[in-house]
Amino acid sequence: MGRYILRRLLQLIPVFIGTTFIIYSLVWAIPGNPFAGMCGPRGCPPAFIEQMTQEYNLDKPLPVQYVLYLGQLFSGNFGQTFNGIEVSTLIQNAYPVTLKLATIALVFEAVIGIAAGILTALRGKGFVDNLVLAATLFLIAVPVFVSGFVIQVVFGVQLEWIQPSVGSDPTIGQLIAPGLVLGSLSMAYIARLTRTAMFENKRADYIRTATAKGLKPRRVVSVHMLRNSLIPVITFIGTDFGALMGGAIVTEGVFNIHGIGGLVFDAIKTQEGVTVTGVVTLLVVVYLLMNLLVDILYAALDPRIRYD
Amino acid sequence: MRKRRMVAPVAASLSAVLLAAGCGGGGGSAVTEATGTLEDPITVQWGEPQSELVPTNSNDTFGSQVLNPMFTGLVEYDPKSFEPKNAMAKSIELSDDKKTYTVKLKQGWKFHNGEEVTADNFVRAWNYGAYAGNAQQNADMFNAIQGYDAVHPADPDGEEGPKKPPEPSAEKMSGLKVVDDHTFKITLKKPFSVFPTKIGYQAFVPLPDAFFENKEKFRKNPIGNGPYKFESRTPQQSLTLTRYKDYQGDDAGSVDAVKMVVYNKAQTAYQDLKSDNLDVINTIPTSALADNRWKDELGERAISKPRMGITVLNLPMYKEKFKNPDLRKALSLAIDREKIVKQVFNGEATAATGWIAPDFPGGPDKGSCGEWCNYDKAKAKEHLKKAGGFDGQLTLSYNADGAHKQWITAVAGSIRDTLGIKVGLNAVPTFGTYQDQMDNNEMTGPFRYGWVADYPTPRTFLKPLYTTSGSANNTGYSSEKFDNLIAEADQAATVDKANQLYNQAASQLGKDVPSIPLFTNAVKGATSNRLAEGTLNSRTVPAITTFKVAQAGE
Repeated sequence: MGRYILRRLLQLIPVFIGTTFIIYSLVWAIPGNPFAGMCGPRGCPPAFIEQMTQEYNLDKPLPVQYVLYLGQLFSGNFGQTFNGIEVSTLIQNAYPVTLKLATIALVFEAVIGIAAGILTALRGKGFVDNLVLAATLFLIAVPVFVSGFVIQVVFGVQLEWIQPSVGSDPTIGQLIAPGLVLGSLSMAYIARLTRTAMFENKRADYIRTATAKGLKPRRVVSVHMLRNSLIPVITFIGTDFGALMGGAIVTEGVFNIHGIGGLVFDAIKTQEGVTVTGVVTLLVVVYLLMNLLVDILYAALDPRIRYD
Repeated sequence: MRKRRMVAPVAASLSAVLLAAGCGGGGGSAVTEATGTLEDPITVQWGEPQSELVPTNSNDTFGSQVLNPMFTGLVEYDPKSFEPKNAMAKSIELSDDKKTYTVKLKQGWKFHNGEEVTADNFVRAWNYGAYAGNAQQNADMFNAIQGYDAVHPADPDGEEGPKKPPEPSAEKMSGLKVVDDHTFKITLKKPFSVFPTKIGYQAFVPLPDAFFENKEKFRKNPIGNGPYKFESRTPQQSLTLTRYKDYQGDDAGSVDAVKMVVYNKAQTAYQDLKSDNLDVINTIPTSALADNRWKDELGERAISKPRMGITVLNLPMYKEKFKNPDLRKALSLAIDREKIVKQVFNGEATAATGWIAPDFPGGPDKGSCGEWCNYDKAKAKEHLKKAGGFDGQLTLSYNADGAHKQWITAVAGSIRDTLGIKVGLNAVPTFGTYQDQMDNNEMTGPFRYGWVADYPTPRTFLKPLYTTSGSANNTGYSSEKFDNLIAEADQAATVDKANQLYNQAASQLGKDVPSIPLFTNAVKGATSNRLAEGTLNSRTVPAITTFKVAQAGE
């Protein structure tokens, strides 16, 4: 196990270098001078453009630029945006918000999704099963920006139960509604995934054996059946959490949450290459680590899986 | 069994949180004693500024939204009427040779850190802004001052040429001289009658000694001399200003604390405003613009006023085809402006009759475009015929990151239907790329161009855009007559006379049609129920000093 983890961690290095290089070159390869649009329709004085170009090393060949950037990154410096703000400050402000939102969405989708899946699988065909199937189909069909706006207008503007948007430094309470919206799609998938896996295992030999042994039905379901059925669900939740940690551009936009998704989106729009590369590099690392965690969890859930 | 027991408490606590969120959220916050103080500040829609918060290096509206209330220059423009009036200047007197201004400052003014505002603060700030080595965005604002060419030498072969501009031979402009603590002299290269109006622009404000001592610290914690002072900022999220209690000027604010909140979606800001969760917006989302729904929904709280700007279709006169004035006139005649204003903007715009914004202080447009701005199908066709027709496709360019698609599609349709030629659209993804293409003369067909007045004289619409050496001349238009008229106006004896001559110069554009004036759309915004008063200035920037909190219980 230890060697496996070490090997996986070492694999991170080439992936890290590869992705940062691709992102770096792509961002700065966007046609047009990133500073040309900064002064509005009047245009910028040449002295300004020249100094900014030098400051961001854009006058040097791409490989040199990249090495300089990487050197800066390894000394713990994410660089500065065009308006003179440390990218690290931006990440520090945005990441906790994204983390909170992702966790809320994850708790919501996992708890409700798994519960609904178990319920329908145990009850079998009937009203509840049809209800959950129809509800999940609906959630899958509705795009997030629609459900986001509907919730915002109905609960925020008309009923005034929640604030229509979230301010800076949001509390957990403020993030509940956006979290529900964000997690709703995955919740539907989890419910269906759990249901299918449970159905499959319901008729498995080991379940019949366990029941025949005289175990209580509760124990059969919670320990024997659920543990095996959750393996695909865990995979899904793990990768989904990795994706959620990358920010949620649409949900963040609707509820004005200043998370990591909006930060990257804005930076791409204004061609802030330093911010994009810095944040996306971080996201790549987080995603890779989440994947590693899921793989390790497999082994814990299923003793048959061994990595050495 | 251990695992199962966990489910109940988790579910219970989750539902408790849900309940708490449901009950405790509360939509709009009503007006209380604390409204407008740091505890419950007045909130304003905002966006992350593109540049650092230094007046000589900031150009975008989000930067202005903060810097405007934080700094007071010699002259300020009235947020409602855009008229200039003396602010920090007690008097600005012109010498007999019309080249030197003697500025006397009001005494007793202090920066937010307690430093007294002296003549030196102005001179140092202006020199800093102009010096090429500091690479400030607004450097060319100072180019009328004597000695500017020494601190910011021009590129000998133009921007595109291989030669680099020479190193500046001086750090200070010779035209600026401090006489005593509260007096300084400005000598210009040549007489320039509207200079005292121009210096109300944001780049001409004083900077405290603290800026020159530690610029890094200043960037994080800017210090000004205006009615509001910097309180705190979370980049990409918000910035708070508080009222500067020792402010000496007569445009002091009444609200104690104002918080600018970054919004990425106009739609969200709009919903927030409707439920009093946000107090001022300066954009209306497209969805609410349809059928003027926003005006019905907001009633008296809706703000709509003329913008001191204009949208034109620039013509690339560096391309052979567009050198023919008849073609340019044909295109202008083929656009039904009134219909576009009515259908695309629901009447919230004014069809252009010339190159200067309507209702512009110091000389609104007097129809400088003349007959060419009237929709006339027959005449348009006639001029197209005179120009020898048009082969191939006419491509109109615009930047896709602004809200231009709708109206430019309408313009294209109008030209196509009237002249019967093929018209296509070219959406350039970002404004940056677009600006780059304009700078490098890479446009192949007409391209949209928006211009907002920097200062309240017609000159701001003419000199930079259409003189041969204009800093924002993107059309390649060059007319000796026009250049001479502008030069003559610059040297006019009085401001009124100058404005008259600028209008005459605009009429010269009416003979050549280097660009096609289209319309001026209205400044649109709204305030919440928590404000009794509050408006946007004519450049769409919320004017914080005009805010007044509504009475509690209203």
